[in-house]
Amino acid sequence: MTAFLQAGTPVPRDIPLDLPLPEWLLVVLLVVSFLAHIVFVNLMLGGSVLILWTQLKGLKDKEYDTLAHEIARTITVNKSLAVVLGVAPLLSINALYTIYFYSANALTGLMWISIIPLVTFAFLLTYLHKYTWHKLEHNKPLHISIIAAAVLVFLFIPLIFLANINLMLFPEKWGTVRGFVSALALPNVFPRYLHFLSASMAVTGLFLCWYFGRRNYPFERYFTTLTRYQVRKKTYSLALAFSLFQFMIGPVVLLTLPAKGMNWRLLGIIFAGAAIALPAMYWMWKAINGPEEQLNKHFGKVVAAMTLTVLCMGSGRQVYRANALAPHKKLMAAKTAEFERLSAEARMHPVQEDAETPPGEGGKGAAIFQANCSSCHRPNEKLVGPPMTEMVSIYKNDAAGLQHWIKTPGKKRAGYPQMPGFPQLSKEDLNELSAYILSIK
Amino acid sequence: MDFPMFHLDWLNDRFLIAMIAIVHVFINHGLAVGFIPYIAWLEQKGVKMAGPTQITNPAWDEMVYKKMKVAFIITTTIGAMTGVGIWFSAALISPSSIGSLIRVFYFAWFAEWVAFVTEVVLIMIYFLTWKNANATLRGKLRHIRLGWFLSIFSWITMAIIVSILGFMMDPGNWNKHHSLLNGFTNPIYLPQLFFRTPAAMVLGGIFGMLLTTIFGEKGSIERSRVLKSAAQWILGWAPVTLAAACIYYNVMPEAMRANMSTAVGTMEFEKYYGLLSYIIPGAVSLVVLISIWAWARPGSIRFAFVLVPCLAAFGFLGIFERVREFIRKPYVIGGYMYSNLLREEDYPLYKRDGILKYATYAGAAVITETNKLSAGRDVFMLSCSRCHTTNGINSIVTVFEGVYGKGEPLEENSMEAYIPNMHNGRTYMPPFPGNKAELKALAAYIRHLQLSGESLEGAQTTGVIVNPLQNVPAAEALLKEEKNP
Repeated sequence: MTAFLQAGTPVPRDIPLDLPLPEWLLVVLLVVSFLAHIVFVNLMLGGSVLILWTQLKGLKDKEYDTLAHEIARTITVNKSLAVVLGVAPLLSINALYTIYFYSANALTGLMWISIIPLVTFAFLLTYLHKYTWHKLEHNKPLHISIIAAAVLVFLFIPLIFLANINLMLFPEKWGTVRGFVSALALPNVFPRYLHFLSASMAVTGLFLCWYFGRRNYPFERYFTTLTRYQVRKKTYSLALAFSLFQFMIGPVVLLTLPAKGMNWRLLGIIFAGAAIALPAMYWMWKAINGPEEQLNKHFGKVVAAMTLTVLCMGSGRQVYRANALAPHKKLMAAKTAEFERLSAEARMHPVQEDAETPPGEGGKGAAIFQANCSSCHRPNEKLVGPPMTEMVSIYKNDAAGLQHWIKTPGKKRAGYPQMPGFPQLSKEDLNELSAYILSIK
Repeated sequence: MDFPMFHLDWLNDRFLIAMIAIVHVFINHGLAVGFIPYIAWLEQKGVKMAGPTQITNPAWDEMVYKKMKVAFIITTTIGAMTGVGIWFSAALISPSSIGSLIRVFYFAWFAEWVAFVTEVVLIMIYFLTWKNANATLRGKLRHIRLGWFLSIFSWITMAIIVSILGFMMDPGNWNKHHSLLNGFTNPIYLPQLFFRTPAAMVLGGIFGMLLTTIFGEKGSIERSRVLKSAAQWILGWAPVTLAAACIYYNVMPEAMRANMSTAVGTMEFEKYYGLLSYIIPGAVSLVVLISIWAWARPGSIRFAFVLVPCLAAFGFLGIFERVREFIRKPYVIGGYMYSNLLREEDYPLYKRDGILKYATYAGAAVITETNKLSAGRDVFMLSCSRCHTTNGINSIVTVFEGVYGKGEPLEENSMEAYIPNMHNGRTYMPPFPGNKAELKALAAYIRHLQLSGESLEGAQTTGVIVNPLQNVPAAEALLKEEKNP
């Protein structure tokens, strides 16, 4: 708690409105919808990395170019789902962690808003790449550059999200952060990034193994030398290799997590997730190294176990977030309540504004003048508009004319800005006001 | 405000949201809500025009498919991302208001999201299965039905969003009962929805006509026939649009009168409103003219001829959105939160103690002679920066020079007299929230801006300074007090 004693840690007020749903339900919605979103993000990222890699390989072996084309067809769908499915968790995190999330967004604002043009650009590149496959058949360097540019963007975007999602957990850093780069430099961002990239490759490997194995996928129509089994074995192996790598990077992520959100429950969830992945990896190993017809044997179980692992990791992430922010949330609630109390009190006893006594007599008319006109008009001098004495000289015996002007002023006069109309003033108010103005000497 | 202030000091914060939102609305209306039914209609026509041995007229179908491809690519990239972009930019620039709205409209947005996911899934199925569906007549007819179904979903997404837009402008309801129903029963809900529907259809049609001039082979029969169809489509919807626009145009001041008794008649509103009365007949007649021409002489239509009415039609929608945004002022949430993101109900407290004291991020809560300018800068950031910049678009120096004369030295005394009363004359302005000392500091800062041309960086570059009254020790003291009162 010592870090918490810092005077540089802000305690903002919360939005003083109730949550739209019970907190636990919002948390469940957040975790589940986020995982649905992130799986498609994984497929989009992993898929485009594989397209680039297979297309480079395809420079020597045409079959791999075809493979790249087939993977590219999945990106169109996966990237669209990644975006639409992202809206629900965005909505939920906005509701649950309004102050934390928006503060982090603002502190990294330029990069945060750059996500929109960057991702749009990368999406357009993936279409350009897909729909110019035949047109650019004889200009492979250009064609490959297009997907390479998209991959670069896709690789960069997660860093922006991670910097934000990390920064929101640490209000104690908000006072010292200066833009995106310094938020990026906080501990834990890069280990989490590697963890995410590795997950993307594993998920994509598993997905493609299923995709190319579907009975109604006409594999033989597209490929001549590569066999369905070869491709599936490769993608399955990719999934296994990156699952193994997760066991290496996972502990680094855990160790670099700042201590404030750690507890036994969190560790329990994380280790349970890791433990469930172990049999899945064993089944994968068996299938890859077994005979050809055994490749599918444990596939359903592998997917089920990996789904559970992902659920555990997603929940662990939320538990850490809740733990890390709990003390600060308590302070924020106290602050919010105090402010609401003070505000209510001030509403009950508003301070009298020390209105300057306007010149001349006229009671109510003077008060109306003070509220509506005095910021631009003075008795004897030109301020924004002409002095009152000038009004008197024009409208001496024409109160109706003056009232008409006040309600709907005529054209701008030379040397003065256009006067706004005051149609909100009632007839009675206008009578009082014009009487007051014309009483000025 | 309780968030670090993101601020774009040249572009203007509002401009960022407006830019993203307007692109999104154009794409949503012109390439989804109005375009998909137009495409489904054309696809259906292709089947009717097929020869005895064909499923559809292949050249016709190919052209319709190409048009759909453009809409598919644009909606799933720029369209989808600007939709998310509205969230991102609103959260950056207007976090208090969007955070408050989400707490009330979570369900509405969730429902909208479900409709949106369905829409995206359907649009992918519709486009990606187009070629395969051409194999059999049954498949083709099913595909066309899917097109109509997708049209309905696009429309539903819009119908929900219009309700949310309506609610934000609904007078006072926020304070009484926060529910989505108010959005649907809002006096301008139906006129607005009624206007947006045919307007989207016209936009879809004119954009379709533009694409036909690109994809249709010059002099071909198909090109002429598709152009003629687009003309029919537009001529069918244009009178409805005109009627709906007139209804919407007439209810708008009524809604404003209810919103804020003071706003009708302000010259800024008059300006936009007056512009509309030219733009409505102007844009509609341009679109109608080109359609009559395309209908009578489709062979002579060129890309450049269609481009002008197409831009005019999109401009027409743009001006409507601008007016709709303007009606909201001086509130961002009607009767509850001003466009400076401060709640109306907190004003007495701010007037009494000043805004700096309660700002989470401010250099100092007490103003002295030495910190006057930096305090003025904080006051500006907290109460003006959502709409004004220092020297960029809608800059505070320019607007004051507009009042006192261009290039004239801005007198602090005059500004001090003007600012606390400006909301009476300029009714779209929220009242100044701070106390006397803050007013003086602000006036001094504005004068300093005029002299120095200094710019103001937002929290995204310079970070924030935590107010010593709003940090952890201060909050802990509160907790202790609670325990031992």
